[in-house]
Amino acid sequence: MPALCSNCSEKRAMLKRPKTGHSLCKLCFFFAFEEEIHQTIVAAKLFKPGETVGIAASGGKDSTVLAYIMKLLNERYNYGLKLMLISVDEGITGYRDDSLETVKRNQQQYELPLKIVSYEELYGWSMDAIVKQVGLKNNCTFCGVFRRQALDRGAIMLRVDKICTGHNADDVAETVLMNVLRGDIARLRRCTAISTASEGDGVVPRCKPLKYAYEKEIVLYAYFKKLDYFSTECIYSPNAYRGYARTFLKDLESIRPSSIIDIIHSGENLSVREGVKMPVQGTCSRCGYISSQALCKACVLLEGLNRGLPKLGIGKHHRLHEKILSQQPLTENEEKKLKSGDF
Amino acid sequence: MCQVGEEDRYRYQQDGPASASKKCVKCKDASAALVIRAGDAYCRSCFNESFVHKFRAMLGKTRVIFPGEKVLLAVSGGPASCSMLRQVQEGVSQNAHKKLRFLPGIVYIDEGGVVGLSKEMRQKTAFELQELFTTTGFPFYILPLEQVLELPTSVVMPVQQQSEPVTGAYKAAVDHFLLHGRKNDVSPEEQENILPCDVNESQTCALQQLIGSAKTLTAREDLLNTLRHHLLVHTARSKGYSKLMLGDSCTRLAVKLLISISLGRGAQLAQDVGFSDSRYGDVISVRPMRDYSAKEIAFYSHMFNVPYVSVPSLHTKTQDKASIQRLTESFVTKLQTDFPSTVSTIYRTGEKLQTAGRSSSAAADGSRCLLCLCSLDTVTDVASALQATLISEQLSHTKIQGPESELSTAEEYCSIKGEGTCRGTGGGVVCCSSAKEVDTPDLRELMCYSCQLTIKDMSSIHHLPHYILSEAQRRHSRSLMREEIREFLLDADEDD
Ligand SMILES: [Zn+2]
Ligand SMILES: [Zn+2]
Ligand SMILES: [Zn+2]
Ligand SMILES: [Zn+2]
Ligand SMILES: [Zn+2]
Repeated sequence: MPALCSNCSEKRAMLKRPKTGHSLCKLCFFFAFEEEIHQTIVAAKLFKPGETVGIAASGGKDSTVLAYIMKLLNERYNYGLKLMLISVDEGITGYRDDSLETVKRNQQQYELPLKIVSYEELYGWSMDAIVKQVGLKNNCTFCGVFRRQALDRGAIMLRVDKICTGHNADDVAETVLMNVLRGDIARLRRCTAISTASEGDGVVPRCKPLKYAYEKEIVLYAYFKKLDYFSTECIYSPNAYRGYARTFLKDLESIRPSSIIDIIHSGENLSVREGVKMPVQGTCSRCGYISSQALCKACVLLEGLNRGLPKLGIGKHHRLHEKILSQQPLTENEEKKLKSGDF
Repeated sequence: MCQVGEEDRYRYQQDGPASASKKCVKCKDASAALVIRAGDAYCRSCFNESFVHKFRAMLGKTRVIFPGEKVLLAVSGGPASCSMLRQVQEGVSQNAHKKLRFLPGIVYIDEGGVVGLSKEMRQKTAFELQELFTTTGFPFYILPLEQVLELPTSVVMPVQQQSEPVTGAYKAAVDHFLLHGRKNDVSPEEQENILPCDVNESQTCALQQLIGSAKTLTAREDLLNTLRHHLLVHTARSKGYSKLMLGDSCTRLAVKLLISISLGRGAQLAQDVGFSDSRYGDVISVRPMRDYSAKEIAFYSHMFNVPYVSVPSLHTKTQDKASIQRLTESFVTKLQTDFPSTVSTIYRTGEKLQTAGRSSSAAADGSRCLLCLCSLDTVTDVASALQATLISEQLSHTKIQGPESELSTAEEYCSIKGEGTCRGTGGGVVCCSSAKEVDTPDLRELMCYSCQLTIKDMSSIHHLPHYILSEAQRRHSRSLMREEIREFLLDADEDD
């Protein structure tokens, strides 16, 4: 005899919850999954009625489930939010086509307005154009840095009050591990926060409603709800440590499934010794984005692209920032160093 | 500083033309015996000197061990704790101004019963260690882990913490020692050996049952760590030692830090891997070997013939994924091979953390974990990993109507939102997994987040030693009493 749902004890159990190990029927799983996210949103006071909230939509499973759930909860519980999908188009021929198609379908399915902001619009350069100038070897630096800011720049352009992203419990746990491995104490302290307040003009407050949702459950939910998503693994891996942290986390999870949430619990309870120096968080004097230097990385890279000096911003050229800011000309030697195409 | 980052550059100089020309960078005289960093070659005696210096510098810098204090060295038989023993041995026999001025003793805990070693094997190891310890002239205690079954409740009853040493206390102690001390320089011969042949078979059996009731190796190792530490603390306390010296190397601590994070012990991380750990109040654990990498220690013990005894542990000969502890160890080891700065980076992360502030000093027993005695980390914000887990559990199984609970989290959230539509989440919810074993108090609420995970992995708590269960009982009845007289208490939140 098939097992009965451990919640309603009526219907046949269809799945075993990765998070708790309980066997549930489809409806009880849906309800539990949605309700948990609702309770996270309420407990952490993520939104205020009347806000315009941009949902970062990549077409992947996390953001697809996030968009679906936000729409559903906003209606079920009268959050009073104005929701909108925001997608970033890096301008890489072929790469985004499928995922953008998915996002466009989501827009129709969920009846949510969609705004696609392109690198071209935001920076004046598409990734294809950047690759043409810098070659394939260093384009990762560019797309990583540009992507980090693209949502903020897009959100400001579209005047949204908040951005919510599809980061799930696995992502957060992975980031905790990665920051331990890198010894990045400032990020370690921040990375378990479920929301960030606005830190300067160039940054829109962000939150992670799926922070306590397991990746596996997100896939289960999308599978049983037959949600339409495009599975992209990010083709860029700007950080080798993340790969190690991910594998380690998967192994931990296979030994003890609660490891994911256990690591988040650890992260939430870490406290930094008094007197430990934290990097001073300043803002970019050109675009207002958080930056420890006078110019943020994106602005330096852009300056390099625009001047035909692509190496600027890739190495350590902080000394040149002042010159760039005050629009002083570079010396011949400096130009030469920054120009050579072969990195 | 921990130099593990450079450890792959330590190389023994092979006999050959290159080594013959290399001189020690320190004395610039003797030829080098090993290389620390490219170009930094050390001769034997300079390496020894720097190794010894590190130990004394650590004790000098931290000023936690006072002159004349009795310090119990926990020796596991491995190279790290045996090298630590060697440092102390040499330190106390130094001439006047360089002399370490505390009074050392040694404790070894024989865990052979847990690993299933034969009596003969255990006996053999015990004799080897006995011989080793006798040569030091320090008092020593060789105890089987089975002793843990006989511990008194006091082990898990937190002793009021001594207030943080006042500035100048260390200097005062030194002055006092210089005036009055000295006479106790040579501690009286004392030893206590309960040899494996004296261990009652039924006790070994009970211990095996206890460890075996943990269904996962992860929980087994965690439980074993806790029990071992209880026995160490009790031994120190009952023999009058106020410090317990542990031989954790920097490599070991990096692994431990990552294990702690993975097991949900973030809140007590700083105590788990810091120089000193004062959660047991009157017996403070210290880790003077924390600046040495495992490799440095291996070099040292090899070059200077530090005797050590290899003893099998719970996870000897297991696979990488047998337990979280085992996995983490192999993960760090492998990563260290690819990125030589891994261990030192993780270790430095630990140095920047502190134990979370909640009532860490003078905490009442009600807010201390029954097993590991850390401050409870289970009182969290409404938006937290712990609450999210509780909600998931509540939403995933049939609700049994229990006594009306004061604050159902779900109800609370809904009232914040002004929505009453959360079906099935209100009322007293009894978790099906905690509903069993009605005759014992719910241990989980007396424990920290991570110890709860360990208990969750146990098939039964009835094999836990008496001292733990009876302390649970005591705390439980205290809280019932408090409940009964609640309305008469003026400050209801301040317990005990
Ligand atoms: Zn059901
Ligand atoms: Zn890239
Ligand atoms: Zn900028
Ligand atoms: Zn030398
Ligand atoms: Zn505990």
